[in-house]
Amino acid sequence: VSGAKEIIVDKEFTTVSIPTSLYKKIEGAIKGTEFSSVASYIVKILRESLSKDESKADVLSKEDEEKIKERLKALGYID
Amino acid sequence: MARLSLGEKRRPRVIRPHGGKLVERLLEGEKKSDILDRARSLPSIKLDQESVSDVENIAQGVFSPLEGFMGRADFHHVLNHMRLSSDLPWTIPIVLDAEKEQADRLKPGSDVVLLNESGEAAAVLHLEEKFGYDKEELARKVFQTVDAAHPGVAKIKRMKDVLLAGPVDLIRESPSPFARYKLSPKETRLLFKEKGWRTVVGFQTRNTPHIGHEYVQKTALTFVDGIFINPVIGRKKRGDFKDEVILAAYEELIKNYYLKERAVMAILQMEMRYAGPREAIFHAIIRKNFGCTHIIIGRDHAGVGNYYPPYAAQDIFEHFPDLGIVPLFFRSFYYCRKCLSVVNEKTCPHPAADQIQFSGTKIRDMLVKGEYPPAELVRPEVARIIMEFENPFNE
Repeated sequence: VSGAKEIIVDKEFTTVSIPTSLYKKIEGAIKGTEFSSVASYIVKILRESLSKDESKADVLSKEDEEKIKERLKALGYID
Repeated sequence: MARLSLGEKRRPRVIRPHGGKLVERLLEGEKKSDILDRARSLPSIKLDQESVSDVENIAQGVFSPLEGFMGRADFHHVLNHMRLSSDLPWTIPIVLDAEKEQADRLKPGSDVVLLNESGEAAAVLHLEEKFGYDKEELARKVFQTVDAAHPGVAKIKRMKDVLLAGPVDLIRESPSPFARYKLSPKETRLLFKEKGWRTVVGFQTRNTPHIGHEYVQKTALTFVDGIFINPVIGRKKRGDFKDEVILAAYEELIKNYYLKERAVMAILQMEMRYAGPREAIFHAIIRKNFGCTHIIIGRDHAGVGNYYPPYAAQDIFEHFPDLGIVPLFFRSFYYCRKCLSVVNEKTCPHPAADQIQFSGTKIRDMLVKGEYPPAELVRPEVARIIMEFENPFNE
């Protein structure tokens, strides 16, 4: 996070700019919480947010579905 | 992190697999014949049962989004960050080890036939990479110890020196005495849909059920549509219940104490790693792939000995807001002689003298002596089934 006090040395990390005012607001908000830094807070929020971006689930072909249903019936899982 | 709530809006569809797409790498038809024709001229390596199970789990989507054994980048990312290099949560390295002399003969870019324990061609590995690794680092990061008494560390010490990486395609499933209980994620997802379940809680187990397990399962089931009881079948440590005993005991419990339309059981053919917190996340990912929206995480989940703090396997979920499956945490629970039911520290005001703990060791000791555990600890039907086995424990 640009403007941050922490120095990010791990080459697997990169820098993103956010307004300093927002940075300060986050810094205040995370005091006394589980977050050790503004960066760790932002990473968590972004991961949480991105994981909500759900697209359609895989759809089975009719043939596949029938085949699976037959097996489930044979094994007693469905009637 | 999303939490279960009574007012939660019900999802209209089955949960997405980890990474968004269910992996399926099963060779059929011409592609299968082609590989089988070429198999004799291809280099091959023989796998142990645990690696065969890994191959099958990759190919059937249990380990989605993995398409094969991990390469160097993912391996190190998982060790250091508990995520794949794509940033997706993943905590246990899925790797294939080989002798150095064997690996020297294999060229990246070529196909390698993977043989099962009977010497049959089980899968083909499209070798992309081979690399060395530090066993101590692997043990320390995954198991938080290098103590050889830890079963996971002991296994790493026995591992060969080179890791082979690349996508795998399954040629044939290995025969299993428990095939009748084996469902792929594609099958469980359709099963849950057919049952009309929108929310499903997964229960991971490597034990026969006692009343405490039943309490946890039914408490969770109160808030979701169905429960998926998913015993781990495969290599376990000495003294654990045998696989056939676990399955028979659960069959009996479900038959007598669960609604057929609310509970299903299928196995997960995989070795236990005993990696505690890391393995709890791994177990959650697997159940998400099976179509579970929730997973039960109890005290010392996937732990062994005293290597992990009792609730480390729950605390670790804080680091994974993007896991996509909701953990349901259970702390201690016990039978209270005053309440006359299973309770926990939040629901029972009575002193420790009134508590009967669900001690696996105590129950085991009674069974070994041929004594029936009291009905407050184990359902009589379940105890009877276990006692029918001459030796219910792994040696």
